[in-house]
Amino acid sequence: MRVLLEARTEPLAFMQWGAPLLALALTVLVSVPVFAALGLNPLTTLEVFFIEPLSSLNGVGEWVLKASPLVLIALGLAVGFRANVWNIGAEGMFTIGAIAAGWLALKVGGGHAWLLPAMMLAGMLGGMAWASIPAFLKSHANTSEILVSLMLNYVAALLLSFLVNGPLQDPDGGNYPQSALFDPAAMFAPLVPGSRLNASVLVTVLAVGAAWVLMERSFLGFQLTVSGAAPRAAAYAGFSHRRAVWISLMLSGATAGLAGMMEAAGPLGQLTPVISPGYGFAAIIVAFIGRLRPFGIVLGGLLLSLLYLGGEAAQMSLNVPASLARTFQGTLLFFLLAADVLIMHRVRLTRR
Amino acid sequence: MSYALELRAITKRYGATLANDAISFGVEAGAIHAVLGENGAGKSTLLKIIYGAQRADAGEVLWQGKPVHLPNPAAARRLGIGMVYQHFALFETVSVVDNIAVALDGRFDRPALSRRIRDLGERYGLPVDPGRLLHDLSVGERQRVEILRCLLQEPTLLILDEPTSVLTPQAAAMLFEVLRRLAAEGRSILYISHKLEEIRALCDRATILRAGRVSATVRPQEHTALELARLMIGASPPVVARTGAVTEPMPRLELRDVSTAHDARGTALRGVSLAVHGGEIVGIAGVSGSGQAALLDCVTGQTPGLPSSVRLDGEPVGHWGPGARRARGLAFVPEERLGCGAVPDMTLAQNGLLTGYRTGVVRRGLVRAAAVRRFAEGIIERFGVRCSGPTARAAALSGGNLQKFIVGREIGASPRVLVVAQPTWGVDVAAAAFLRQSLIDLSRRGTAVLVVSEELDELFEICDRIAVMFAGQLSTAVPAAATDRDAVGLRMAGVAA
Repeated sequence: MRVLLEARTEPLAFMQWGAPLLALALTVLVSVPVFAALGLNPLTTLEVFFIEPLSSLNGVGEWVLKASPLVLIALGLAVGFRANVWNIGAEGMFTIGAIAAGWLALKVGGGHAWLLPAMMLAGMLGGMAWASIPAFLKSHANTSEILVSLMLNYVAALLLSFLVNGPLQDPDGGNYPQSALFDPAAMFAPLVPGSRLNASVLVTVLAVGAAWVLMERSFLGFQLTVSGAAPRAAAYAGFSHRRAVWISLMLSGATAGLAGMMEAAGPLGQLTPVISPGYGFAAIIVAFIGRLRPFGIVLGGLLLSLLYLGGEAAQMSLNVPASLARTFQGTLLFFLLAADVLIMHRVRLTRR
Repeated sequence: MSYALELRAITKRYGATLANDAISFGVEAGAIHAVLGENGAGKSTLLKIIYGAQRADAGEVLWQGKPVHLPNPAAARRLGIGMVYQHFALFETVSVVDNIAVALDGRFDRPALSRRIRDLGERYGLPVDPGRLLHDLSVGERQRVEILRCLLQEPTLLILDEPTSVLTPQAAAMLFEVLRRLAAEGRSILYISHKLEEIRALCDRATILRAGRVSATVRPQEHTALELARLMIGASPPVVARTGAVTEPMPRLELRDVSTAHDARGTALRGVSLAVHGGEIVGIAGVSGSGQAALLDCVTGQTPGLPSSVRLDGEPVGHWGPGARRARGLAFVPEERLGCGAVPDMTLAQNGLLTGYRTGVVRRGLVRAAAVRRFAEGIIERFGVRCSGPTARAAALSGGNLQKFIVGREIGASPRVLVVAQPTWGVDVAAAAFLRQSLIDLSRRGTAVLVVSEELDELFEICDRIAVMFAGQLSTAVPAAATDRDAVGLRMAGVAA
């Protein structure tokens, strides 16, 4: 008996929705015995993962707050992934965006209404400048943007570490490796009193709309998609590959840099040695869970954010190890991505 | 009656299509037996079953009168079945003898094998120097290597899949001599082709396939080409009508003394000049790999060069990319449909947008979905593209229907110059005639049309002037009426007529 995957000529429509549900069912099926074996009540555990984080207004605020940078970064990455441009450096671009915006905030101080918009611009330009390195090397020397952008993540992290230990360190901060706190004018206003959720979420909402127009309605988005799906057809149609590389990397650099700015000017309010809790890498998963589509990415970002919160809640209230939380997250993500195979394939059992 | 190979009710289904429907026929020992059919008639499937690369759903294969089981090509080779593929399976960077050695089982002695190759080559009129590297060989020579590789295994049945598609008419005539000699020794030959005249000249018997079934098994010499064509397509082949060309004085597309650097893709151009005028079709003949790929890259802008190397309406555009050239009224149909001419996983509507974006379907950077749909519907209707509609995926269409769509799309952009590579490759007879007529009609409406094709008959059917490409050089384009197949064939082989 062998299991064969046969390609379908047309995608199976109901699997577009059926696949994630199937993935959820399989995750529960796999985790219930695991939870039980560890002496946990499976139902309680699932509740802690999925319900408890959202049971308070503050919890919902945290949920959206964490989803926002994931979604924003993933939107930019998805444009590039569609065009076969693999930016793995969003983590670094996020960091550089935060540095550029933070530097501006610290230099200007406060009292100017233009400061926050200027910081947003600085964040985007910072991310784009960082992204221009792999873009230039790809388009002029045909280097792999995957490797270059990946390695630049470490450079960015070390640069931040250097800055908060030196030039941007708070002179009155008792030698802690962090900058001074930003002026309120350099920070997003809270959206809901009593939660950390702030106005930067609105930027992400706008970005979702813009990304939808770009990806689903614009000719540029079509050209980029063709560049990825059939590079030679794109060449014959007259769509330049070099242009696709630059646009993809500039867009993802701008969104990642902006997300970094939003983190610094939002929950953090200063520059610290580590700004991103892995958003730049997690956004890659979000982009694929969202099937590289804007609204899918919103769902993917909310899901991943919920898993983060659920993992923390499980560690706190059930006293499970962090590795169990991560195993559960990994199981769900694995099934989600794997189940998508069923959209374009049928499973057949053969006797040979 | 003793058959070397006999097929009984071979049936093979792929999804919804019945590729082979109860196919039965026998190949006599010492006979040259043709399998004739259009693309999609089931020839390739049948070949794969005989050679063990595919298994039939039903039916049996008899070898020397006994049923055999062919799980893989190695089993077929052990029985004595040899196969010469249409696209050669040879290694470019090693010598002829090493290419042949890898196909043989066990250890080998290179000098002894070289001697055997030389002897065999002399015996059958297939001269090849065993020490030469493969990439130095012409396509015809490579085919000899493939045939010799088969013959070394002493096959009782030799299968050739469209062997003359890469040969000049003269080289084809030489191949026929070799095949007749092999048959005279008692070997059977299964000859796959869609070229009627060839089969009439060469084969003792012909099994004609139509839509997966045997429509007849005949003695081809006893039938006219027209009768064979009717058996093959089920109706009389359509006739293409061509009126005299009225050409403009100034060329719309012009190449002046173009040479290109060698690259891995094949033959470079050496001093190529060419002019195509509005109102005419100019054809480029040549054995595959003679520099056509470099010429097309140069004309379409895939490899930009010096500004003055290519001119459109007198303007130097040689340094422009394909997008800028399209904007100036150049359109092109590449040789490969899926992946170059169309995006396989996209719908026909999206594939219409691919190069039809200058027909008003994009406004202020946004795609007008309804207009894109109408554009695709228009092509589907005017060019009789059989499909489920504008939302059908390109990969779901047959070769002929997709080619109609692509040609229709390029024509739909009302180009000043249209460049077409292999317009009817893998396209059925009716669709091919339609496409040829479309190109003629387009040229008579004033467009300059350049056609690159390996099918000489096609070029003579539609072209006003024909030039021949050989080893990167292009002969002067002469009126088609002032030349003939033999003269063009000699030029294709590098012999100036």
